[in-house]
This record gives sequence, C-alpha cells and structure tokens, in this order.
Amino acid sequence: MTAAVSPGRRRPLRPARVVLHLFLGTIAVGWLFPLFWAVLTSFRSYQYTAVHGYVSFGGWTIDNYVTAWRTAEFGKHFLNSLYITVPAVLLTLFLASCVAFVIARFSWKLNIALLGLFTAANLLPQQALLIPLFRMFTQIPLPAWMSDSELLYDSYWGLILVNVAFQCGFCVFVLSNYMKALPHELYEAAMVDGASVWRQYWQVTLPLCRPALAALATLEVTWIYNEFFWATVLMRTGDKFPVTSSLNNLRGQFFTDNNLVSAGSVLVAIPTLVIFFLLQKQFVRGLTLGASKG
Amino acid sequence: MSDLPLIQADRAVPPPAATTATGGRGRRLRLLSGTDRVVITLMVLVPLLLVLALVWLPAAATVLLSGTDWDGIGPLGEIDWVGLKNYDDVVNNYPPFVPAVQNNLLWLAALFVVATPIGMFLAVLLDKELRGSRFYQTALYLPVVLSLALVGFIWQLIYSRDQGLLNGVFGGDTDWYGDPNVNIWAVLVAAGWRHVGYIMLLYLAGLKGVDPSLREAAAVDGSSETSTFFRVVFPVMRPINIIVLVVTVIESLRAFDLVWVINKGRNGLELISALVTQNVVGEASRIGFGSALATIMLAVSLIFITVYLWTVMREDKR
Repeated sequence: MTAAVSPGRRRPLRPARVVLHLFLGTIAVGWLFPLFWAVLTSFRSYQYTAVHGYVSFGGWTIDNYVTAWRTAEFGKHFLNSLYITVPAVLLTLFLASCVAFVIARFSWKLNIALLGLFTAANLLPQQALLIPLFRMFTQIPLPAWMSDSELLYDSYWGLILVNVAFQCGFCVFVLSNYMKALPHELYEAAMVDGASVWRQYWQVTLPLCRPALAALATLEVTWIYNEFFWATVLMRTGDKFPVTSSLNNLRGQFFTDNNLVSAGSVLVAIPTLVIFFLLQKQFVRGLTLGASKG
Repeated sequence: MSDLPLIQADRAVPPPAATTATGGRGRRLRLLSGTDRVVITLMVLVPLLLVLALVWLPAAATVLLSGTDWDGIGPLGEIDWVGLKNYDDVVNNYPPFVPAVQNNLLWLAALFVVATPIGMFLAVLLDKELRGSRFYQTALYLPVVLSLALVGFIWQLIYSRDQGLLNGVFGGDTDWYGDPNVNIWAVLVAAGWRHVGYIMLLYLAGLKGVDPSLREAAAVDGSSETSTFFRVVFPVMRPINIIVLVVTVIESLRAFDLVWVINKGRNGLELISALVTQNVVGEASRIGFGSALATIMLAVSLIFITVYLWTVMREDKR
C-alpha cells in the first residue's frame, strides 16, 4: 500500500507535516481506543471496578477469560466456526473458480448474464430471502448421520451451503476478471498438447490464480467467520452455534458483568485479528483486487 | 459478510482475450470433445443451481408470497391471493414501519454524509508520502475485520449505563443503548467507526490508480491542492465514487447485526431488516406480511445493484 518514495522528493519535516502527523496520530489512537478499552476492561476484576468505577487503575486479573471460556463454552463454539468456515471457503473458491474459468475462457452470449446473476446474488439483502429459505430448510430432510436435526435447518450443512451460495458471486467476479487478464496463448499451447478442458482449468489456470485465490481465501475466512445473520436464524440448538452468533447468548449469561463481556469479545476477535496481522497484505488486496495493478 | 468490496476492472490489462476472440467462437466450440462439453456444463451448472436455489428462487418466492395471506402453517394449496393488501397493512397498520424507514434513511445519511467523507479525507491525507503511513492505515481499518455483532459488544463497554466509560467519565446516567431518543445515534457512531476505515481503504486504492501526470499538470497550472482534488482527481475517480455510493446504500439497507445484538431492533432501533426477521422467527409468524416488507427491501436493493453492475461491467469492457 505504501507508495515508493521517488528519490530526491523526501523533504525535511515542515511544520505542516508535523501538524499532519499530530492529526493522523490522534485519529489513529482514537480509532484504536475502543479495542484498547475492551482489552483493558477484560483484564480487571468485576469486584474492583464495581467499587472503584471503570475510570480507575488496578484490580488486574485473568479470571474473566477463564470464566468466559468456561461458561460460554468457547471451545465448542470455536470448533463449530471451524466446521462451517473451512468447508464453506474451500467450496466457494472451488465452485467460483469453475464458473469464472468458463466465463473467462469461452465467450458465450450468456457470459454477461451469468456474471450479473452471480454478482448480484452477493449483494442482495439476506433478510429479504429469509422467509422462503427458512421454510425450505425446515422441509428438506437430511439423514441422521449428517445432522441430528434430520433437516437442513439447524445443521452445519445448511449453513455451509447458504454461505457458499452467497459468497460465490463476489469470488466469481474477482476471479473471472483475474483470469481474463491471463494470456490466451496459454490455452492454445495446452490445446496443442491435447489437454482437456478440465486439465486446462486445473493445471494451467488455477496455479496462475494463486495470488487471487490467496487474497480471496483470507477475505472469505474473515467474512464467513464473522457471519451472524444466517447462523442466528437457521440454527436452533445452542450447542451448534458458531462463535460469532453465540455472542448473543453470551449477553444473557453475562448481562450484569461487562468485564466478562469484554473478555468474551476479545476472545471472539482474536482469530480475525491474527489473520489480519499475519495476512494484512492479502486482506487489503482482496478488498481492492483489480483496483490496483496486480 | 456485510462488506461489499471494491470490484473494478484493471485498466492496465489489455482487453480480455475472450471478447476479442468472438469471431473464432464457433471454430473453438467444434474443437471441444464430448467429455469437455460435459465438464464445461457441470462447471457452470452446479454453482448456478446452488445460487438459483438458495438466492434467486427465495427472492422470487418472497415477491410472490407478499401477495398472499399465507400464515406459514397451512398447505400451499390453501393460499389466497390478496393483492396489495399486505403492502397497505405495512404502510398504514404497522407502527414500527415508519420509524424503521426513518432509521434506515438516517443510517444511510450518517454513513454517506459523515463517515464516507471522513474516510475519503483520511485517504487523501494518507496518500501523501508519509512516514508511518502504514501504522495510521492499520489503525483505521482494523475495525473492518471485526463483525458488526462484535462491534456492538465492544461499544457496549463505552455506552453501558452503569458500567460504561462514557457515563463513568462524564457522570451522566444515560442508557446509550437503551434510551430510544439517543440509541440510534450511539449505534451510528459504532457503525461509522467501522465504515470509515472501509471507505478509506477503497479510496486509497482509487487514489493510487490516478495518473500522477494529471496532478502535475494541474500544479503547473497553479491549481491549489484542494482545487486539484475537487476539479481533477475526484472526477477521475468517478467509477469508484459510484461504487462507494452503492456500497454505502446497500450497507445501510442490510444493516442488521448491530441492532439485533443490542435489542433485536426494537425501542428506537427499528430497521426494516430487523422487522422482517421479527416477523419470521419471532412469536407471530406472518409470512405474507413479512414478505411484503422483504419485497420492499429487495426492490430498493435491486435498483442499486443494477447501477453497480452497470458501472463495473462498463469498466470491464473498456
């Protein structure tokens, strides 16, 4: 993201620059403050803050994390998030890359319509589809070994599918743009070698799309992990909620204790923050893919 | 999930090979073997069926159901067509509807008039060659990786009546999330906190794509930095401006998580999305009525989705 500094253009610090740094520094600190406050609160005992108020110093403890982890059963909910996020991201990338490949590789009249259909699906308000989808999910049976609810409703399968259907559109759009930029000669060479369409997709196109796939995977993991609505309305059993939607149950259990709420919030934020700091470049690139070169 | 990313064609790339090869289409198709055709069909059909079944079919069903009086229990054969009655009920006999529309519009206005310009302004500042720019950027878009549900919880620590920072520092006793006179504003601050970083990111990428020679030419002409931005840079970023507009509209329409974790969208925090959900999963399951609300959402979003697609596809063709 940082622009290359062209030689000779770096000037000595002028007063205007100092003001700019002060301004941006203040904003940045202000922006981080709510998170900082959550972390701070999570390490203080409720007894201490109840007596001295939150604008005080002291009462340090890690008990909130222990209690929050135990009462809200975070271990289980993190696992649920994992069961949903990993298959959903893999399936989204696979299906989206298939469609994107066909759109980019062959020119049919229906390509634009296909692209529009997928991209628009990603932008529709989820709540507007809830009623028929909710009914549909409560009507579709699943064998007991797939879900103890024996329905698509209240099952991981249902959540995975709905996430995939929604996220596909965005990935199709980004990937098809990316694939269109690949030189067409690649395919001609592959065809001379007698490569089938599937091999062209799997062995020529996909390896070249690795940067785009990495950026999209980072982004989709964050989004599906953060997904709140579908899990809230399409799940019933408290034990099966992914961690983001289980937050809402946490409120009932912790309702008088903000220190516990903050510890829970920090726990839920940790996976996305880790991804963000490790893969910041991928994350930013995913969001702006196509806008900048590369 | 609630993020709409910036999608824009890469102008540095030559026109897509696929469109230039239209003339050879028939020839290439004939070169495909039978297996290849089956593979291609499956590659499109499987994802297509999934999206049709789980997105477009429900969307169409919502529109149809909005004209019926189905209670969600009886068999589909007993559904009566009631025309626009549900819409009439929504507008005239449903007290939360007007506040919900007002709140959605307020949400849009707050994001569009306050958060978006701040994000753009910060992007312009960060676009300068600045030491420490990375730190500032990271701080600003850190909230973007958090879910809106989590944002609601994090701000509760500031807004809570008895345990919140705001009342702790200023000594008031306002329940910022609970008081129907102020809670929408409190929520909008939290939503804006996340939106600013997102817009900043989009414009930062847009600004990097502006041809530097445009700015140099304007500077040679004696144009000030401010007027260069408004007269030269801003108009050049037109596609991004449209995308940001659409993103903001759709985000405001889809706003849900934040109010749902606070109080399920009641008592001053009514939003259309929350009303739809209340009518389906809540105590009263009023399918036709809820569908009418949902159809209104669909109609508004489809207008902006069309604008969006039109913009990105046109960029694509260039």
